[in-house]
Amino acid sequence: MIEKIRRILKDHGRLAKEVESLPEDADLYQAGMTSHASVNVMLALEGEFDIEFPDHMLKRSVFESIAAMRDAVQQLTQA
Amino acid sequence: MTTEFDAQGFYDGLVAHGLIVPVRVQGAFGRGAVFEDVLERFNALVSRLSSGDGADHYTFPPVIDRTIIERTDYLDSFPHLAGTVFSFFGKEKQARELSERVHSGQPWSDLQGITDVCLNPAACYPVYPTIAGTLPAGGRLITMTNWVYRHEPSPEPTRMQSFRVREFVRAGAPDDVLAWRDQWLERGVSLLRSLGLPATPDVATDPFFGRAGKMLAASQKELKLKFEVLVPVLSLESPTAVCSFNYHQEHFGHVFGIHTQDGREAHTACLGFGLERVVMALFKTHGFDPRAWPTQVRDRLWP
Repeated sequence: MIEKIRRILKDHGRLAKEVESLPEDADLYQAGMTSHASVNVMLALEGEFDIEFPDHMLKRSVFESIAAMRDAVQQLTQA
Repeated sequence: MTTEFDAQGFYDGLVAHGLIVPVRVQGAFGRGAVFEDVLERFNALVSRLSSGDGADHYTFPPVIDRTIIERTDYLDSFPHLAGTVFSFFGKEKQARELSERVHSGQPWSDLQGITDVCLNPAACYPVYPTIAGTLPAGGRLITMTNWVYRHEPSPEPTRMQSFRVREFVRAGAPDDVLAWRDQWLERGVSLLRSLGLPATPDVATDPFFGRAGKMLAASQKELKLKFEVLVPVLSLESPTAVCSFNYHQEHFGHVFGIHTQDGREAHTACLGFGLERVVMALFKTHGFDPRAWPTQVRDRLWP
């Protein structure tokens, strides 16, 4: 799953740094991800994992790191 | 005047006193002479208050380069508010068809095509491409009074499809831009209070569209990128925003290539007084006849 998230970040995150070398807990906003980019990451995650983020999860902290996104996707795919 | 809040009653009062002139569609009413006088007086007061700030003064028309809203993600964030200008590009035959369809009540919009302009959706938008490149030391400050369009017809007099905004745009280094925004937030509140308006500032969000918009709004709120100054006009519980502050961080600097002298992307912020809304707040607070307003308020507006 981490690899899929990294690929989505690479395609949609508009990060200033190499996604491959980012630690899983690195702050993606610090790494250059804008609010608009995070929306595209969110939509791509929904498509990739066939999930829909509920409204209360549409906030910055859910998408702030690779680990945070993994936790969120796991929570929704196990539900 | 009255402390009761009633949107329809307030609209009817504005009409009855000749302050606004109803038209068939919502949010596009005309403005009477007294309404305009108050609006111009308030705008002049803002000019006096800011005369020492060194702002460049521009005026832009109500239409702007369509590529601006395409490049700035406006159509991603606010597809429901945008207004695009379409016009006729056909020849004789198509012109006859257009005429026939119009007069027989048939749909005719497919006989028009998109033009290079759209209605200006936010007072600050036209200025960013004009300041592309490297800013002078200390950045730039520009003020404008521009007509703005929002596709949100409503019976509420304070929600117009087209209205004027007295705007200030600051571009420069992040610290300078934020300090300027904070200074104006205080200044804006005290200006409105000096006119007897019960103005209060609050963190706010833009009306972003859809699910992506929920996320953008949550982010905007968390980062405190938008503030509004609110005055009760139609309701005590949901006061009306009469002044709005947006901190865009590097968004416009990135899109249009605006840089500070050290080569970094410039940050920008803007503030705008919704002029019609300020005027309506004055009529709501002090009554429909400006001649009967408190002397202190009149002295500020008619010095």
